[in-house]
Amino acid sequence: MADNILSVRGLTTEFSGGRGDVRVLDDLSFDVGRGRIVGLVGESGSGKSMTALSLMGLVPQPQGRVTARSILLDGTEISRLGPAGMRALRGRDIAMVFQEPMTSLNPVRKVWEQVGEPLAIHHGLGRRAIRARVLEMFEMVGIPDPKTRLDAYPHQLSGGLRQRAMIAMGLICEPKLLIADEPTTALDVTTQAQILRLMRELRDRVGTSIIMITHDLGIIAEMCDEVNVMYAGQIVEQADVFDLFEKPSHPYTRGLLASIPRATEPRAGRRMPSIPGMVPNLAKLPPGCRFSPRCAEAMPICRRPPDLATLDGGHVARCWLHAAPDTRPMGETA
Amino acid sequence: MTHTSDLAPDLPPDLAPAHEALEEASFLRDTVRAFRRNRMAMVGLAFVVALVVCAVFAPWISPHDPYRVALDEQLLGPSRTYWLGTDNFGRDVLTRILYGARISLVVGIVPSLISLAIGAVMGILSGYLGGRTDFVVMRLADMMIAFPSLLLAMVVMYTLGANLLNIFLALALVGWASVARVVRSQTLALREKEFIEAARANGTSRSRIMFGHIFPNVIPTLIVLFSLSIPEAIMWESSLSFLGVGVQPPEASWGLLVAKGKEYMFQAPTVAIAPGIAILLTVLAFNFIGDGLRDALDPSMKD
Amino acid sequence: MTASDIVLSVRDVTKHYRVGGGFAGGPAKVVRAVDGVTLDIRARETFALVGESGCGKTTLGRVMLRLQEPTSGQIDYRGTDLTGLDEAAMRALRKRLQIVFQDPYASLNPRMRIGEILAEPLRSHGYGPPADIRDRCAELLEMVGLRKQYLHNYPHQFSGGQRQRIGIARALANNPDFVVCDESVSALDVSIQAQVLNLLADLQDRLKLTYFFITHDLAVVRQFADRVGVMFLGRLVELGTTEELFAQPLHPYTMLLMSAVPRPDPRQRGRDRPMMQGEIPSPMHLPSGCRFHTRCPFAQEICRREDPSLQAIGSRAVACHFPLSG
Repeated sequence: MADNILSVRGLTTEFSGGRGDVRVLDDLSFDVGRGRIVGLVGESGSGKSMTALSLMGLVPQPQGRVTARSILLDGTEISRLGPAGMRALRGRDIAMVFQEPMTSLNPVRKVWEQVGEPLAIHHGLGRRAIRARVLEMFEMVGIPDPKTRLDAYPHQLSGGLRQRAMIAMGLICEPKLLIADEPTTALDVTTQAQILRLMRELRDRVGTSIIMITHDLGIIAEMCDEVNVMYAGQIVEQADVFDLFEKPSHPYTRGLLASIPRATEPRAGRRMPSIPGMVPNLAKLPPGCRFSPRCAEAMPICRRPPDLATLDGGHVARCWLHAAPDTRPMGETA
Repeated sequence: MTHTSDLAPDLPPDLAPAHEALEEASFLRDTVRAFRRNRMAMVGLAFVVALVVCAVFAPWISPHDPYRVALDEQLLGPSRTYWLGTDNFGRDVLTRILYGARISLVVGIVPSLISLAIGAVMGILSGYLGGRTDFVVMRLADMMIAFPSLLLAMVVMYTLGANLLNIFLALALVGWASVARVVRSQTLALREKEFIEAARANGTSRSRIMFGHIFPNVIPTLIVLFSLSIPEAIMWESSLSFLGVGVQPPEASWGLLVAKGKEYMFQAPTVAIAPGIAILLTVLAFNFIGDGLRDALDPSMKD
Repeated sequence: MTASDIVLSVRDVTKHYRVGGGFAGGPAKVVRAVDGVTLDIRARETFALVGESGCGKTTLGRVMLRLQEPTSGQIDYRGTDLTGLDEAAMRALRKRLQIVFQDPYASLNPRMRIGEILAEPLRSHGYGPPADIRDRCAELLEMVGLRKQYLHNYPHQFSGGQRQRIGIARALANNPDFVVCDESVSALDVSIQAQVLNLLADLQDRLKLTYFFITHDLAVVRQFADRVGVMFLGRLVELGTTEELFAQPLHPYTMLLMSAVPRPDPRQRGRDRPMMQGEIPSPMHLPSGCRFHTRCPFAQEICRREDPSLQAIGSRAVACHFPLSG
């Protein structure tokens, strides 16, 4: 595990508001290996997008407060960097691709100027050099007829092309890490398949390390090497992608896998398996395990917060079902 | 925000307490409650109420006669007798302001309300019905906006005579068109909303959609426009008065007081500044009330 | 099949929009959002209409309820041609024809309480005295699995899944028999999506509803629908029962659509599956011949010239010169 491009330990993000502090991310620790695609999967409110913003230093200030024991980016500690330091990092060392290709491009500026902007900011390149580099990037991300697209305005590109342009922008400074936050959610399935294939190819060819944030377990299965399942601001399960789908260990992961409709299997019955209840309000978390009110396997001990328990081969789950006997408080039984 | 998140929807619905009173929704009561919690809005309201009381009871509470000319007491500074000094005719400035409040308040509020009412109805009709209605209403509004409004108001005042009622008429005539434009564009956006489509799918009548669904959603805009139009109306009135077609001296309105007083800016600054401050405070008070109302009318701010 | 089995039938319906034009915009362009669709919806079935954005599926749903006027064609609801009805007659029929929208955040008026939202369709159709309306609202909420105390709350106080339940309750207020569900579960989280689908299934059984289920999600279609229509650029290109269609798609577009769905199984990744190249043409500039030929891996000369019509093949139908063999 030595060769990690990103190593996060104890990432915690809190928001202070009118009704006290809300902890939206609670003690996150995970690694992204060099050239790996690591998934963050969860439902709305799980904190997966907030994780990206916290890593990028984009959490709204001053309401938001990000702390971490350590965030190593390619061996360099970045958790103590101030706003200026993070600004220098963004776009150069860590880049991000957002969900909405429509709104993440400025409608009144030509595409190449925007895609090339990180080069102007971080490397101070001139216009001609930037234009040449953008053209190269357009070819790399498979934008057809790249020369004429350089001078297009965003509305002249389809959703799929816009997202390719955003990926080109993300990769233009050859960042160490690309964070893709629901990059295909706004796209049609056929376009989604193309963009996912592109990202996989980029990883294989250029060796980009990617954090893939999505709510779609299908995308996780297609794309990722490792997966972090998030629930209510915590990582509840962490595993190699094959392990996760073969032996889901947290009841939430199991419920999630059971409730996704599958296009490849005939309908089993009139009703589909579902997880009862809904994601808890982060300001009013249940005591103990955050999933326990919805969990079919909840036990008395679940009123205490479970730690991450290690299963085999780096597979980790935050659940009392998997806690080693000696870590359980005395007198409690499963 | 979601204080209802204790529900597990896929479980059998738990039964509510046996005879819980299903009270009819009272939007008004909620709004009043939320408004009263807003301190700035309550301060603004208190100021406006006090002002109205002063204006109504001006003949009883004002220290002097507003029309008495005392040429030996021109342009005095503030003193114990004349708290805010005297003007160029030796009249008490404070008294003039109290009397001026009667006209300025009415001139500020009534035409604004009229133009808001007309503008809101026209805007909603135009935006929701579209087609020919839209064309006619908007061309009318264009004409109103394109025509120099001061000229329009002056024509009205000249032809109908300079009195308060005609000031209302002139100001409403000038004001409704811009309200209608804003409301129309908002209506166009609202018309595409799914909840409007849902109302149509339910067989809700067009008038109910326009005034039951769209109208409540433009109220916040109307309130902002209202708090902006009061100072504007006060200024309009002073322009008309200044040009001699508005309030006629020796009647007093704040706008007129500022306009006349500014000639003596250096000898007796309070003559112009005091009514100016009165305008400023009133406008601020209305703005606070407007903000408070807007928030109080927004259901998501009521928790 | 007897005529009474059919709840709603769409006959050669088109919906064309004009875009642009006017003084400086040059000649107006015509978008053929729906371009000649014929379809029968059977009583108590769930008919799913799938397609990608811009294919006209949402427009077709709106036109079926005459929330938008068709450019041409007929819509028969239990023997009545909706396109011939005047506004009053149509308003009266809206009791029976309902819709559940996609966005649970946009489909409820933020300034109305849940009680008012549910009462409105009842009042519009003269349900009865206020006390009856109140009882019915409470009943509707409980029917969709919510507490009746929520009648006093505003939409923003609910989660997306709860709001969608409220939207369903509103649609069911006047006991409809035909309900269009326009991407009604697409905006919901997976675990909530399954809950709402189960609710829709239960309600269908209890209230004998017919669903016209518009979606882009093939997985939901397979798990929820009885029959499927696939739409591409304003046309129906394939029609069949869910099982037949998923077991062996006949139209190349259906096949490519199905293979593009990410599968929640990492062991299946990397398999070389066919992928659509490039982008779907704009509905403003339709290609000649078959609309799909520019993206079709199997296109031949005839596909560039002749526009295939929807042809029955057994119980199924496909609009393709060279349907994939079953």
